[in-house]
Amino acid sequence: MSDQPQFQLDGQSIPFQPGDTIMQAAHRTGVYIPHLCFHPQFRAHGSCRLCVVHMQGKTVSACTQPASADLEVHSETTELRQLRLRLIQLLFAEGNHFCPSCETSGNCQLQALAYDLGMTHYHYDPFYPTRAPDGSHPDLFIDRDRCIQCDLCGRASEQADHKAIYLLAGRGQHTHVAFRSDDGELGSTQAQAEDRASHVCPVGCILPKSGNYPDIAGARLYDQIPIHAQGNHRRDEGGTHDD
Amino acid sequence: MTTKKVRVATCSLAGCFGCHMSFLDMDEALIPLLDHIEFDRSPLTDIKTATRCDIGLIEGGLCNEENKEVLHQFREQCTYLVAVGACAINGGVPAMRNHLSVQACLEESYLDGLGVVDAQIPNDPELPALLPKVLPLQAEVAIDFFLPGCPPPAAAFLELVQAVLEQRAPNLDYASRRFD
Repeated sequence: MSDQPQFQLDGQSIPFQPGDTIMQAAHRTGVYIPHLCFHPQFRAHGSCRLCVVHMQGKTVSACTQPASADLEVHSETTELRQLRLRLIQLLFAEGNHFCPSCETSGNCQLQALAYDLGMTHYHYDPFYPTRAPDGSHPDLFIDRDRCIQCDLCGRASEQADHKAIYLLAGRGQHTHVAFRSDDGELGSTQAQAEDRASHVCPVGCILPKSGNYPDIAGARLYDQIPIHAQGNHRRDEGGTHDD
Repeated sequence: MTTKKVRVATCSLAGCFGCHMSFLDMDEALIPLLDHIEFDRSPLTDIKTATRCDIGLIEGGLCNEENKEVLHQFREQCTYLVAVGACAINGGVPAMRNHLSVQACLEESYLDGLGVVDAQIPNDPELPALLPKVLPLQAEVAIDFFLPGCPPPAAAFLELVQAVLEQRAPNLDYASRRFD
């Protein structure tokens, strides 16, 4: 539609609808802006900062910045790629990410963005936090070591499952994924393996207790094709993935 | 390409030698490479102490005092020190003990573990003392290049050595940047 308002993203015209954020319009047009906490079906969270873009002299997160006509937005610049690399390295250093023993390795969006941004090491000293796992649920396992606190589980649980089971509790370095139950355990909630929240985690924090390691190395989501070329997929979202 | 042979030292600290196996996985590419490199200290040569080298390949993180000593020797002797593999880069699987005390680990392994017979914690004075946490190499010394992976693919080793031979920084392609 020629009369649809547009903005410029790295020199490309991006049409948008009223109320769109920069990320929503770019995603609909098929232009990739790196992200972890954004999901097109859920309310924006603006926490991972991977989608930072330059716009009118400011650095803003594309997932929360409203689109407006004639904006000039820059995303794939050397500076922003370096900034995103450091953000990813901070996420790795902040948690306990042991990819060789992780069920999600090869299908993990954090790892895929690290590959895509050319990460070879942490840059920062690893923090090695002590984070308690939760194995109380019969079908689901929670490995908080891998949590990046994107709150996608919280948003999916509230907005798709209408259960509001998952939340982020605590502050600062003590922030952790928690569950609304009397004893604080996932097993005491109404969570089910079929819930949307059980399948929305971009990393390997929320896992089914069976059926892991289904794909051999080389045949996993991000083994061959970088995340910028295929988007933020989740292996077990039933093919709906990011769209 | 330089005509003088590039001297390479390798060792495994808190590692499993899987990275060394992956180096050997270069297979037939090793044969022409041996015209350009020679080995110093390495489990491949059984030389025990590194002398002046161009490249030091270190697999594994730091889990005890001896690891730290060897790492510093390598740093002193090697022009390019390379952290090879997940354990050298972030501590890897051995670092999964980092949220436990050393005493708790020793008790689980040597006193309370399944099938332990004649339970006792080893206390020979020749055994190097364990560090409170398993650390990546860059926590102790400056590292020049990193080869991620568990293990890094053979192609990553080849690219590293070729880059040093051609006096340029290594450029790992997408398939060579692996964390598992």
